[in-house]
Amino acid sequence: MGTAEPRKLNTIDLRVPTTAARAGVVACHHCGLLSRFRVGPRLLCPRCGGALHLRKPNSEARTWALVIAAILFYIPANVYPVTHTTYLGSTQSDTILSGVYYFITTGSWYIALIIFVASIVVPALKIVALVFLLVSVRRHSTWRPEERTRLYHITEVIGRWSMVDVYVVTVMVALLRLGALANIDAGVGIVFFGAVVVTTMFAANSFDPRLIWDAMEISA
Amino acid sequence: MSPDAYLACHHCDLLQRRPSLPPNGVAVCARCGAFLCRDRRNSLDRTLALAVSGIIFFIIANSYPFLSLNIEGQTQETRLTSGIFVFFQEGMPWMGILVLVTGIVFPLLELLGLIYVLLPLKVGRISWKTAAVFRLIRSLQPWGMTEVFLLGILVSIVKLASMATIIPGIALYAFLVLIFMVAATTASLNPELIWERLNPEN
Repeated sequence: MGTAEPRKLNTIDLRVPTTAARAGVVACHHCGLLSRFRVGPRLLCPRCGGALHLRKPNSEARTWALVIAAILFYIPANVYPVTHTTYLGSTQSDTILSGVYYFITTGSWYIALIIFVASIVVPALKIVALVFLLVSVRRHSTWRPEERTRLYHITEVIGRWSMVDVYVVTVMVALLRLGALANIDAGVGIVFFGAVVVTTMFAANSFDPRLIWDAMEISA
Repeated sequence: MSPDAYLACHHCDLLQRRPSLPPNGVAVCARCGAFLCRDRRNSLDRTLALAVSGIIFFIIANSYPFLSLNIEGQTQETRLTSGIFVFFQEGMPWMGILVLVTGIVFPLLELLGLIYVLLPLKVGRISWKTAAVFRLIRSLQPWGMTEVFLLGILVSIVKLASMATIIPGIALYAFLVLIFMVAATTASLNPELIWERLNPEN
């Protein structure tokens, strides 16, 4: 399999603002180095060796696939219990939402808030935001590109915090292992929930925000 | 022409001349407002120092119990990795792998990778496959989640406090410091400085 060495840049005329793609230049996604774009075999960045693409490959299709997977995982993640707690002989199963409710009733409303926002609100908002961005890009929308870019950036950055519930379950199953006296087992819901977090993070990663701005150039 | 005279915004692809930045200055894209690049004082030395001390706290955090639990006279000690073993025992290997990778392996790889890249640069050498190693640790970065792990630990402590007595161990304090080290490493690192050293002409 042959790889083409991208040609070096000479000078770029920036008297008229332009994008890298229009100037026939591709920016390395990993190290930022600009190289001349050339149609043909796979281009590799001459500095860091990463694959060069004008836009992330199949960005829309990949993001859709991952978003749909995330929606499908989101349902069992909220329906099935995430923990089975045994305390002094009696066992109780909790879903994410019933765990939140438990914290509200026991007065730890700030913990309830952390879990509710990280486990329920953030994944749902991420899915909604990505669907909105995908639809707007498909429709070549020119509506508020700056705000949509910022929305994408927020979606990309906050996703990791959804993992908090996974770690809570990890710590609790490790700490309470005293048989009938006090024991916590992980429920299957947490596996689906982990899948939601991972698929939404990959989805955000495969979306290319430059598609938002490409529509602006078509209309200009 | 230096290959770094221009840059393209990662968010909107606009080509721009690379600005010369004042100390600790930040440049944002002229069109979409996204972060472009920044200046950090003593970036590489600081990052190296923080990564080395991060490794030390990483070892302590993973070698000692981080929480002990006392309930009705019975005591149970937990290490950071205990929960991962439980997931494997209970037939949830994917959960075990997810927590192992995001909570322990990737943060460790990031610190080790930074030392591998930065230590030889300090004495003016470039280690084998530096570009590939640095590219790898940069792309793993979103998946290292020590700070989220800490939030999870704190939530669990509050959750279990009503059932049992929780005694924080030395590893918990080491883990707290580790998170500051990891965050400070990320904040002090200016990746552009490393990429500039790896330019094909050099």
